[in-house]
Amino acid sequence: MWDEAMLWMLLQGIGETLYMTLVSTLFAYVIGLPLGIALVAFAKGGIRPHPVLYKVLDVIVNLTRSIPFIILLMAIIPFTRWVVGTTLGSTAAIVPLTLSAAPFVARLVESSIQEVDVGVIEASQSMGASTLQIIWKVMLPEARPSLIVNCAIASVTILGYTAMAGIVGAGGLGDIAIRFGYYRYEDEVMFVTVVLIIVVVQILQGIIMNIAKHSDRRK
Amino acid sequence: MVGKPMIQIRSLSKTFQTKNAEVHALRNIDLQIEKGDIFGIIGMSGAGKSTLVRCMNMLEKPTEGSVLLDGLDLANLSDAQLRQARHSIGMIFQQFNLLMQRTAEGNIRFPLEISGVDKDTAKKRAKELLDLVGLTDKANAYPSQLSGGQKQRIAIARALATNPKVLLCDEATSALDPNTTSSILALLKDINKRLGITIVIITHEMSVIEEICNRVAIISDSRIAESGSVAEIFSHPKTEAAQRLVFPEGKHTTDHFTGRRSVRIVFDGTSSFEPVIANMVLAFQSPVNIMFADTKNIEGKAFGQMVLQLPENQMLADKMMSYLDSRGLTVEEVSGNVG
Repeated sequence: MWDEAMLWMLLQGIGETLYMTLVSTLFAYVIGLPLGIALVAFAKGGIRPHPVLYKVLDVIVNLTRSIPFIILLMAIIPFTRWVVGTTLGSTAAIVPLTLSAAPFVARLVESSIQEVDVGVIEASQSMGASTLQIIWKVMLPEARPSLIVNCAIASVTILGYTAMAGIVGAGGLGDIAIRFGYYRYEDEVMFVTVVLIIVVVQILQGIIMNIAKHSDRRK
Repeated sequence: MVGKPMIQIRSLSKTFQTKNAEVHALRNIDLQIEKGDIFGIIGMSGAGKSTLVRCMNMLEKPTEGSVLLDGLDLANLSDAQLRQARHSIGMIFQQFNLLMQRTAEGNIRFPLEISGVDKDTAKKRAKELLDLVGLTDKANAYPSQLSGGQKQRIAIARALATNPKVLLCDEATSALDPNTTSSILALLKDINKRLGITIVIITHEMSVIEEICNRVAIISDSRIAESGSVAEIFSHPKTEAAQRLVFPEGKHTTDHFTGRRSVRIVFDGTSSFEPVIANMVLAFQSPVNIMFADTKNIEGKAFGQMVLQLPENQMLADKMMSYLDSRGLTVEEVSGNVG
């Protein structure tokens, strides 16, 4: 059974997994980063306190985070079709993956920025920095190492979700593991895909953590 | 003093609303700080001094009253106008508050960047300031690689980058050891002299006031208890709050020697460091008994008080009193039990 076709399938699986993970992580940050920043800025004692907006965003993030991914995946099928024109394949899986990960990313971003010393933010206010300048020049750069570490957590979590996206024919290593390893009792395939997933996760995590370490000037 | 004051605070109050109660951090503060002053504000922790200095750049909005900076009423400005005004008020902090992910030079460039100065000019200015604070070789060091004193020097350079009229120091030396404190204070004094910048210093340490301030306000229980020149306050503290700070060991130390005539001599800085007491003893060929002495050397002048027990001979004692009087000292008789 370890013929060329199987090898190609595994390689394609790695490719699909990485494609879904990286693109979904990117889009999740496109939504989650501004959302996380807004949560910090609008919070009580933030740089632009706004109780109503804060509450609205807080509730949205909490509600969307409560929906299990596998349910969201199927529940938003009409939306997915509207966005990408299909509900099958890796690209279609990116829509639910992004929507599911965005509120999670928002919370990660929120906690990273909250770690920034309030004294430093206050000092920049005393120098006449505007809200946007504080966000761009103080909060994000000062939180950078923590933001990158959390990005590793987010991408690994998203990679885990891609396995479930196999249900809608998204492909990827998780899909192979379920179809061959689970439904067909092909234990070797199960073993190989699990090892491959572990390797992919370790490499991805290793790269991001290394970037985080080298970007931190506090040590 | 001529011209309008640099900072004028008029009937300023600040009340914090907590869940259960109102906390009056400041009550009805009136204060005037002249151009070129090194103005100290001293008080116990919780007295409200930090809130007061934060009202001077509107980091804390006063509940009532006004703060005029060089004639400009800060409380009535729009957000954009206030940000503009803040370019002319530098501030340094107890914990330095440097950007940890920027180099020393990057930190100094920061206020220039946010005020829209172009990169080359900012770089040049940062270099000048690094020279000014004596850290030219640390341009590319990150704050985590600097000592506390060096961090505060960078913070001072950063605060001065936009050529402010005022430098606010919020417990700027409280996290530093005594030697470093002295060197930072010397730097502030030098900046005050060279650049003519008005400096406001918040501290709980009398020694900081002694070392560099020319004027001082004592804040106690959310109010200004007393304010004036450092010489005045040190020689004649009127209020209890001031006396507690100037004479922490207590003023009433004369209880034990009430039998003979005792006098309190106050050194208020007008006399030079002539050895007055020794000269008097030599002149009258009669010893006196020093019962208590607490004097300080501020800017080369003597401040403080001393209690002397004079000889029993009435005539001699009178002559000694007039001798002390003629040396420009304030002499007052301590009669019986003062406590």
